Amino acid sequence: MAELAPPGPVGAGATSGRTVPKRRYAAIEVRDLEKTFRIPRQQVNTFKERALHPFRRARYEELNVLRGITFDVLEGEFFGIVGRNGSGKSTLLKCLAGIYRSDAGSIRVAGRISPFIELGVGFNPDLTARENVVINAVMMGLTPREARARFDQVLEFAELQDFVDLKLKNYSSGMQVRLAFAVMVQSGAEILLIDEVLAVGDAAFQQRCFDEFLRLRDEGRTIVLVTHDMTIVDRFCHRAMLITGGEIETIGAPGQVGARYLERNFEAMSQRSETTQESSVAGASAEIAEIWVENDAGMRVETVPHGQPLHLHARIDVHGRVQEPIVDIWVDDENGARVFATSTRPWPEAPPAEAGQSLHVRVDLDNRLAGGRYHIGCSLLSGSATLAVVALVNRHKPFVVYGSSHVFGLVAIDHELHVDRESSA
Amino acid sequence: MSVETGAALPRAREIHGPAAYGGGWRRFWHLTWLIAVTDYRLTYFGSVLGYLWALMRPLLLFGVLYVVFSKFLRFGDTIQYYRDLLLINIVLYTFFSEATGNAVRSVVNRESLVRKMHFPRMVIPLSVVVTSMLNLAANLVAVLVFILIDGVKPRWTWLLIPVVLLLLVAFTAGIAMILSALYVSYRDVQPIWAVFTQLIFYGTPILYVIDTVPSQLQKVLMANPLAALLEQTRKWLIDSGAPGFVQAAGGFPWWLIPVVILVFVCTFGLWLFNHEAPRIAERL
Repeated sequence: MAELAPPGPVGAGATSGRTVPKRRYAAIEVRDLEKTFRIPRQQVNTFKERALHPFRRARYEELNVLRGITFDVLEGEFFGIVGRNGSGKSTLLKCLAGIYRSDAGSIRVAGRISPFIELGVGFNPDLTARENVVINAVMMGLTPREARARFDQVLEFAELQDFVDLKLKNYSSGMQVRLAFAVMVQSGAEILLIDEVLAVGDAAFQQRCFDEFLRLRDEGRTIVLVTHDMTIVDRFCHRAMLITGGEIETIGAPGQVGARYLERNFEAMSQRSETTQESSVAGASAEIAEIWVENDAGMRVETVPHGQPLHLHARIDVHGRVQEPIVDIWVDDENGARVFATSTRPWPEAPPAEAGQSLHVRVDLDNRLAGGRYHIGCSLLSGSATLAVVALVNRHKPFVVYGSSHVFGLVAIDHELHVDRESSA
Repeated sequence: MSVETGAALPRAREIHGPAAYGGGWRRFWHLTWLIAVTDYRLTYFGSVLGYLWALMRPLLLFGVLYVVFSKFLRFGDTIQYYRDLLLINIVLYTFFSEATGNAVRSVVNRESLVRKMHFPRMVIPLSVVVTSMLNLAANLVAVLVFILIDGVKPRWTWLLIPVVLLLLVAFTAGIAMILSALYVSYRDVQPIWAVFTQLIFYGTPILYVIDTVPSQLQKVLMANPLAALLEQTRKWLIDSGAPGFVQAAGGFPWWLIPVVILVFVCTFGLWLFNHEAPRIAERL
């Protein structure tokens, strides 16, 4: 979904024009919710196993998925839940939907809930669209009569009028998605629980879903959306919540939560791989002892926000005399493409570096890098006759830039985006 | 779309998580019925002969058994209306074995419903039973035609047959719930139950009648609620001279045994399924 460009000038944020609903009452009230899964180390699935080991208690691994979750979703609110994989957000949604039983705490809900955890649950591939729609709508709490009455609306929304009597197994997955989404929207429930299901379906249908989201939101329905996609949170949500490791990390404005989420996400990313390719030059008379990134406050960091000053540092210990030293320092992106490089080359008359000296290199730059992971590298050359590599560190110390979510490409240059429409006569 | 805006504050209700029932009785019934009817149609409408198969299965079994036992073994000569009795017994037993046999895997088969929807769990085994009931109803019409042609005189006791059927359905539903709930945790329920249905077939007076069994064994066999129901059907439907289940069981207090077992199976089935329902989604 990331390829969908947000409407309007970048950075304007969709927050404008989004009216915060009149705070009336909590549609969903969650208090101290706990959920623990007991995962058996050895699943005892047959009587024989039971009979052979009657006294062996099945041993379980306790997986504490949700801990002390407390929050309210107000009536008419579009509420986003974000979190990394395995943070417990989907489990939370399933608890809200009444699919899992919580171990402690309470959930109170005012109004009828229509969960949309996965597409086409309960769809039977051997039945026609008509029959499936009726069954699905009854599952969502309508009577068969109401379901039949809304049937045309559903098909119209899904744009599938021509395929009413086609068996569902002959539908493409995109058509199934449309049908399932249409049933949910048309079921008329006050509270919608949606688990990022919109990743399927073509761009045009996604756009229709988004339009529908806006319409439902303006209509005053309460919507809880679980997603990875910060663009969606930014565009639609009144409030958002970040879950980390089964606990609420923040609840607040979408932008703020989104920034925090990206930060968390990339932190984990940079911890994951510390691939350092150091190429030391044999018999070198210098070595690059250290190389790091600092933020504006002078702290060594591995994640830096886009748009703020960034400082690249390197310390080179010289062991033997180096004639006409030249220092290069550069930034590579994840694919190894050089995004930025700078050098001391314009000053050939630099005095030789003597043994025992330590060169401290510092590059101050305005961080115009687009979001993503980067490596920094540094080298010391001796340029007296030919350029000889004295010391080299390549692809060292990955760091991550976050922010600038709507911009793709290597760099995020300050810009304004305008779309002018002219209608030809 | 009928969302009342500015309506009175909807009463907040507690979400307790999944349960055996829940979501209101109307929804429960609508779902059971819809799923059962859909299943019924899917089973037979895909094939060329369609619904005929539903009729053919018990009829074919009846044909084989009738030829073997009546013609080769000269088994039913002493029993009045043996073939009518055999037919009704087979139809009732087929209902029982089909419903329970299909119920075993039902909850596991509908995994996606259980795991991804707020869905009253008990609908699943019950809809299996209802599907078999539709079959039974169709078969009973055929049986009725058959026994009328064969010369069985209609009597007022025929009106009591629905009571027997009701109890049979309750017993079947009880077992269906026990089996489907157990199967989630114990996968060998299926082969065990397959053997058991065979055992029940011979342990129940289907091919024979209870009077031909040695009297000490009668009491044992009549402890089976299914045997009691079939014997009562025989008395009410086919042969008014038959002992009926009270007499066959050996009078008071012996006839209480099948009754108690039937009641126990139903309540235990309800209790067990209810008890297991909240955690089914996690155990699958």
